[in-house]
Amino acid sequence: MIDWGWLLDHVGAILGRTVQHIELTAIALVVGFALSFLMALLSLRRPGVYTIVSGLAGIFFTIPSYAMFAAFVAFTGLSILTAEIPLVLYTFVIFIRNMVVGLQSVPRDVSEAAEGLGFTTRQRLIRVEIPLAIPLVMAGLRLASVSTIGLVTITSILGDSFGGLGFFITERPFFATEVLVGAIGSILLALGADVLFARLQRRLTPWSQVGRARTGDGLPRSTDRPVPA
Amino acid sequence: MTILGSVAAWLTDPANWTGPGGIPIRLAQHIGISVASLAIGAAIALPAGLWIGHTRRGVRLAINLANLGRAVPSLAAIGILVPFTVLIDPEAGFKVYPTLIAMVLLAVPPILVNSYAGISEVDPDLVESARGMGLRERQILSAVEIPIALPVIIGGLRSATVQVVATATLGAIYGLGALGSFIVEGSAQRDDAKLFGGVVLVALLALTSEGLLGLLQRRLTSPGLRFAAR
Repeated sequence: MIDWGWLLDHVGAILGRTVQHIELTAIALVVGFALSFLMALLSLRRPGVYTIVSGLAGIFFTIPSYAMFAAFVAFTGLSILTAEIPLVLYTFVIFIRNMVVGLQSVPRDVSEAAEGLGFTTRQRLIRVEIPLAIPLVMAGLRLASVSTIGLVTITSILGDSFGGLGFFITERPFFATEVLVGAIGSILLALGADVLFARLQRRLTPWSQVGRARTGDGLPRSTDRPVPA
Repeated sequence: MTILGSVAAWLTDPANWTGPGGIPIRLAQHIGISVASLAIGAAIALPAGLWIGHTRRGVRLAINLANLGRAVPSLAAIGILVPFTVLIDPEAGFKVYPTLIAMVLLAVPPILVNSYAGISEVDPDLVESARGMGLRERQILSAVEIPIALPVIIGGLRSATVQVVATATLGAIYGLGALGSFIVEGSAQRDDAKLFGGVVLVALLALTSEGLLGLLQRRLTSPGLRFAAR
């Protein structure tokens, strides 16, 4: 069933594709994070901007990624831009919502206390609003990393230079060994990212654990937010 | 602007609205396979989710399954099945089964999570008072828990729909047909009008189905809950 010879011959290629997968994912996460952070700060000043941006973002989110990648080929060819523009758009949508909600979720008594201490707007942002937004932002990072790792597999339609481990899924669809390497590899990457960012989230926000231990029942909260596919 | 014009011309060309590769047939294929996999997925996930939410049994298993399901890329879900399903049927085992099975598997986690999370988020005082009034467990579920959790449950169906419509699009790579075929053929033939026509149709279908379920979600929210939300 499994062709061990192929596996042995392709250890280097498998590692290379894994690195590529992580690179394509990391670029999308970093660029999407930076863009949405700027947009979130702008949205705090002008709520009207956020209304428009989140409306547009919701539309992008619903469009199947395969259609998005294929559409961008017409504009940016089979280049890295074609792979990254849709990926960045999807991460942007996940980040912007969590950032804006996080930054706005400061309880009134806390912001009044900050005001009473004589904090300027900038001080309040850096010392109060951003730290309090961290749990939601980290939750966004977790979701975005898992979904981006999935979407990167689809960039294999853009040719041999892309796709990460997805390359192995589509190169020879009937060759079980290669397909299994691509599919299981990308699932493991996604699970790994999920665990990594969940740990980081706990590390960065030890205070939220205290609250959860007291009130939480350990059940995940429901969501009506679709994940891009 | 020329691309917009040629896409509009492609979409309105009567030749594209007839025959086995025409828009109506492929649209029907897309809707058909999506509805079928949502129905199968809901038939599995809904009873399981309601049971877990009501009894609080098997929560950990459900969480792990849902997390695992979320981590499976849709392309991986289809691709991993192909080498095995072709052994059963060389034709349908390549074109139909892998995508259909993947769609069902991907529809389960969001429906499962939302149905049990919705039920378990119901105020325990309400459930207790229903029990005190002498309602049976089954009645508590159908008369108290499900009506209150309904918006959340439909929310899960909505997430699943987005997933399923997107995965059906991806199935075109494996010759499924449906609307993704216009994109596959358009890129292979370097026919941008066809490609973008396909993109527009796929996007419209995704947005419409998501919008309709959003509407249903609002409609099925009990008036009492709507009042409480305000």
